[in-house]
Amino acid sequence: MLTVDLEKCIGCGECEDACSFGAIEVKEDKAVVDLDKCTMCGTCVDTCPEGALELDKQESEASGINPDEWRGVWVTAEYRFGQTAPVTFELLGKGRELANELSVPLTAVLIGSGVRQHAQELVERGADRVLVVDHPELEQFRDDVFARIVSGLARREKPEIILAGATAMGRSYIPQVATMLETGLTADCTELEVRKEDRALLQTRPAFGGNLLATIVCPNHRPQMSTVRPHVLKALEPDASRQGEIVEITPTDEELSSRLKIVESVMEKAEGPGLADSDIVVAAGRGMESEKNMALIHELAELLEAGVGASRAVTDAEWLPHRAQIGQTGVTVSPKLYMGFGISGAIQHVVGIQGADMIVAVNKDPEAPIFDLATYGIVGDVKTILPLLIKKIKKERGV
Amino acid sequence: MKIAVCIKQVPDASTVRFDKEKGTLVREGVESVINPFDYNAIEAGLALKDQVGGEVSVLTMGPPQAQDAIREAISLGVDNGIVVSDRAFAGADTLATTYTLAKAINKLGAFDLVICGKQAVDGDTAQVGPGLAVRLGIPCVTCVDDLEVLEDGRKLRLKRMCEQGYDIVEVELPALITVLASLNIPRVPSLKGKMRAKKADIPMLSAEDIGAETSKVGLAGSPTQVATTTVPTFDAKREMLEGEPEEQVDALIGKLKEAGIL
Repeated sequence: MLTVDLEKCIGCGECEDACSFGAIEVKEDKAVVDLDKCTMCGTCVDTCPEGALELDKQESEASGINPDEWRGVWVTAEYRFGQTAPVTFELLGKGRELANELSVPLTAVLIGSGVRQHAQELVERGADRVLVVDHPELEQFRDDVFARIVSGLARREKPEIILAGATAMGRSYIPQVATMLETGLTADCTELEVRKEDRALLQTRPAFGGNLLATIVCPNHRPQMSTVRPHVLKALEPDASRQGEIVEITPTDEELSSRLKIVESVMEKAEGPGLADSDIVVAAGRGMESEKNMALIHELAELLEAGVGASRAVTDAEWLPHRAQIGQTGVTVSPKLYMGFGISGAIQHVVGIQGADMIVAVNKDPEAPIFDLATYGIVGDVKTILPLLIKKIKKERGV
Repeated sequence: MKIAVCIKQVPDASTVRFDKEKGTLVREGVESVINPFDYNAIEAGLALKDQVGGEVSVLTMGPPQAQDAIREAISLGVDNGIVVSDRAFAGADTLATTYTLAKAINKLGAFDLVICGKQAVDGDTAQVGPGLAVRLGIPCVTCVDDLEVLEDGRKLRLKRMCEQGYDIVEVELPALITVLASLNIPRVPSLKGKMRAKKADIPMLSAEDIGAETSKVGLAGSPTQVATTTVPTFDAKREMLEGEPEEQVDALIGKLKEAGIL
């Protein structure tokens, strides 16, 4: 619980300002904590100039786990519909970096049917070792089976870190793995780093709708587990000369037993690259004003062979389908060029475009936060700028 | 069919503002609402009850004012609801939350189906549903976009969405599902429902009431801790292209050519 040392408190109000939950109020020159509102996030403790606030962390459960017994970095590979998902290679890129920092091997866990042949590719992308669980009954993704296999392997081998893709599949079974292991899991990390002195994994993710970045640690439990969205991390180029150990693991009958029956798996989206893979993204915001004006966005996108994205306001208004939403609760993009039209730059949206090489923003409001992260900004009306831009690009192209 | 729906009260995103200078949320005037995805979870429960009969209970872990969320759910037609509330629950991460919810559900009795929304919009983790299923020892199907009752309610056939397409999954009950907004269109409260909600008795259960060990709830039971929070900063060029629209667009064309895009 959060306590205030009344001797030390000078009633300056720094903590009141710092609290995102309105849980602290200075009354009669002393900070008073509303325990019903306090979530014990600890932000206030660091801001107090007098060191008067203390978060009693001694209550933290002694997990009975000795972190020193847990070594190694793992990546759970995602293999579905006959393909290794690109997020697997991205995770291996980051996993390689973390493993080097910690001087431990990087292990990939590959589960599926007929997946043995894809193990070497994981080595080429950075793994030192691949645990292959290849069985006909693993053709389909069943949460309970996958969770039991990964948690069983983790109990035996004791890795200190497990990274997984924040995909529909990862977000479904990885929380089950973490619960089976009774350890912490941080969702949708945008940054992962090792703190050398205590080997802690610093897991940074957007919090409070992306208005803050929170760095999460998992000090007393192992493994430390994180999921990361596709397109947030960079994969290594495949290196065919890399050597690694491939270990085949036979799942037990108990592990393979399931209460789920997959009647059918249907792949729908085989056509072309999606929004997330586009080199150029043209995005529309509330400032487009009406559905009618969206024709301009589509025309520009077609001209540039760009993907069309949007802020939440636009997809909520159904000017574009929900899958076009870019941001924390939508798609993450990392194109060569992102152009935002009438997008104000709410952090919810902005966290989804940080990987763009160049950001162009057009907005009427010179104070729009999107300009803070724009490479090039134009203050102007999208209804004027877009037609001009389309005309001039056509002229450049000689269309 | 006995159905439990887990909901969460979250700050209404449309009323939350952010103080950039201080790096904090402005909580003044912020209203609490039911997490948007949880309306779909409630609707899924009510629709199943309409179809096969049974009872829909709703529960939430939160501060005492989370009673408002339960009251709203009752106005929509759920049969009853409880708030699990205790100062010891503060600071709970998703692991501690699943422990607490599982204890509460077990206290309420046996359920055929537990329904959660896809994720809560304040944390966006989507971890509580699948974790809760493990705690309850029942199978879990996430991202449900369509559902059908089989064998007189002993089994469900579900459409589970993923990036590449979907799976059709059959699961025997008891089970837990998390539902997408595309599953249904939530109903609005009826006048009768509103009257009932007003008068409804909403029990508040403490850690002791649900038999929870204090070392497993709240901050104490949470493996993850917030080490630091920072306001995001962006290292951008921020070059504004000035002039009349013609000049601005010409300047932009120049920049795109320079970058080899045009």
